[in-house]
Amino acid sequence: MSFEYAPAPESRALVTIKPKYGHFIGGKFVAGSKHFPTINPATEEVLSQIALAGKADVDAAVIAARKAYTTIWSKMSGKERGKYLFRIARIMQERAREFAVLETLDNGKPIRESRDTDIPLAAAHFFYHAGWADKLEYAGLGTSPKPLGVAGQIIPWNFPLLMLSWKVAPALAAGNTVVLKPAESTSLTALLFAEVCQQAELPAGVVNIVTGDGSTGALIVNHPGIDKIAFTGSTEVGKIIARAVAPTKKSVTLELGGKAANIVFDDAPIDETVEGIVNGIFFNQGHVCCAGSRLLLQENVAEEVLHKLKKRMEKIRVGDPMDKNTDVGAINSKEQLAKIVELAAVGDLEGAQRWSPKCELPKKGFWFAPTIFTGVTQAHRIAREEIFGPVLSVLTFRTPQEGIEKANNTPFGLSAGIWSEKGSRTLWASQQLRAGVIWANTFNKFDPTSPFGGYKESGWGREGGRHGLAAYLKGVGHE
Amino acid sequence: MSNRIDVKKTYKLYINGAFPRTESGRTYEVKSAKGVFIANPCLASRKDLRDAVVAARAAHIGWNKATAYNRGQILYRIAEMLEGRKAQFVEEIVVSTGTTKVKAEKEVIESVDRLVWYAGWTDKIASLAGSTNPVAGPYYNFTIPESMGVVAAIAPESPSLLGLIDAIAPIIASGNTVIVLASTKFPLSAMTFAEVLATSDLPAGVVNILTGKKEEIAPWMASHMDIDAMDISGVSVKISHELKVAGAENLKRIHSFKGSDPARITTFMEAKTVWHPIGL
Repeated sequence: MSFEYAPAPESRALVTIKPKYGHFIGGKFVAGSKHFPTINPATEEVLSQIALAGKADVDAAVIAARKAYTTIWSKMSGKERGKYLFRIARIMQERAREFAVLETLDNGKPIRESRDTDIPLAAAHFFYHAGWADKLEYAGLGTSPKPLGVAGQIIPWNFPLLMLSWKVAPALAAGNTVVLKPAESTSLTALLFAEVCQQAELPAGVVNIVTGDGSTGALIVNHPGIDKIAFTGSTEVGKIIARAVAPTKKSVTLELGGKAANIVFDDAPIDETVEGIVNGIFFNQGHVCCAGSRLLLQENVAEEVLHKLKKRMEKIRVGDPMDKNTDVGAINSKEQLAKIVELAAVGDLEGAQRWSPKCELPKKGFWFAPTIFTGVTQAHRIAREEIFGPVLSVLTFRTPQEGIEKANNTPFGLSAGIWSEKGSRTLWASQQLRAGVIWANTFNKFDPTSPFGGYKESGWGREGGRHGLAAYLKGVGHE
Repeated sequence: MSNRIDVKKTYKLYINGAFPRTESGRTYEVKSAKGVFIANPCLASRKDLRDAVVAARAAHIGWNKATAYNRGQILYRIAEMLEGRKAQFVEEIVVSTGTTKVKAEKEVIESVDRLVWYAGWTDKIASLAGSTNPVAGPYYNFTIPESMGVVAAIAPESPSLLGLIDAIAPIIASGNTVIVLASTKFPLSAMTFAEVLATSDLPAGVVNILTGKKEEIAPWMASHMDIDAMDISGVSVKISHELKVAGAENLKRIHSFKGSDPARITTFMEAKTVWHPIGL
């Protein structure tokens, strides 16, 4: 006997999407000149027209941010700054479902994830950093750490509102003002956040939001009126930014790509491990910089894990992101889908074996079935490059040392997973791994109190926790 | 309107989320600064204290287990509720202490802000007071601060609201539960603050408020074997020595403070160090 799921769609009624948006500069929405469409990647429906910020818009945003910084925000006591952040956190909690629906429509991620992960965590980031605003002298950066000034912040499309909160909350708590650019394909929740700033009566110019593509991002990165750049996105663009700011006094934090190893030792609890593997790679369609995209199985359990993994993958529900039972939603854009398709084809070509569960993909929109490649070697491109999609490369190892060596054989170092029931082994492995976040018997866990960020080419700096504040403060010993 | 007769509030205790009268049936008279009768608050007894300890001990299990985020949100909620009732507190402080409205407003506003300040500490204190310890060997060694359990506090006579909040908030921020004896002379804000607590999603028993006499209740607090620690900021030096002697029976941690400081939180936390081997 088998039970079918009835459709359980979340209502769209809660959100109002305007036909056209401008930028949010100096506390007001201002009209843009050129526009581009933003679509629902699950249906290809055009949701709205988003303004493309040019030089004049970015200039205006930087001027507004500077004015707010010098006249209001840097002078305000931390106690009062914190109250604005608490207000923002509370309004985000109040409007959480509206944000979740809008995020899912614009991004394609399952409503279950936007509702239960993205939005609650985004509000939590504001709540946590609100509490820091009047406690900066305890952050370990000296008795009187100072803000940097105007921060230019460029965020990706995979967790639009969450990445906004990771950037905006610590910047504001520390006393900086911001010019933020959401990703081209996911601007809507950032624009709704602008409304939250208005409801919170945040002083004009403290948060400015300009929308656009990479050209807008470049204008921010190269703007002489900006003191700090915070970027989350690809390692390729991260390096371009590092070069661009090298001759300037701008401080920079980068949260870039990853190719995380998810290492399964032979004493791992297999059923929990399988759940963790699925969560590690298929959470958010694999559009996760810290995704466990390289599965490293100890040889003597490889067969059992793969067997159970495939069985589990057959139960994954791919489809309408607005359905509350959906596990894997739509690929965020046509371009991203093309990249995933291309790299997967390279996997075939280089001799790895592709497997996907039988699943019917919707006719419209951008979709890619959950996929694993076995027989992958370290030389394969699918073992080296970030695919940023629901594609898992499976490798094996014999001894724990070999597992670690393979795990560390990457220019990235963002995250890693360890599956073992032996505590000493887990701690040994976490000591050996060259990555900024290590998950043991769990994966893809995030919390505002926990620093996140990468070793090596996965970036500079940390976000979250006490360490994350250092990205927005000048302490003793800093030039 | 001038003929209308006011409906006066009965000031009672706050124990386990409820507002009981003292089991002793005793009250004492509180007069305004001008000498006019205001209220007959409860003169709490040793038995009321025992009831409060039972409630606080039971509440500690859940409150200690709650996430720091959750505790922070509840403390913030208390601030929200207090903000909404500022006027009532200002009025009570003015009537009972005879201070000016401006000064009373300042105290109430500071009280709200102080609660917000403590709300922000719940999820940060462990990052600052905890540590990882680089021991000379293959061990992962870390120290985490944890709440002590049930703490008793004697609030200062004045400022009656701000002093009460400095007694309560840092103790509960880390997961302790508290029994606080309010200002004897100015108990009105304490009992009205209990109404704020009762509407702030604070689990019953986390905060218990008694009114009465320090010289009567404080020694029973100090000698109570199920109270783990005491904040005696509100008592004189002479009494404090006696309390410390009595508290030695169960090695109670007894401290007093001036003003607000994160030390008010960490002082009522234990440090737990965990060793775990590292190796294949």
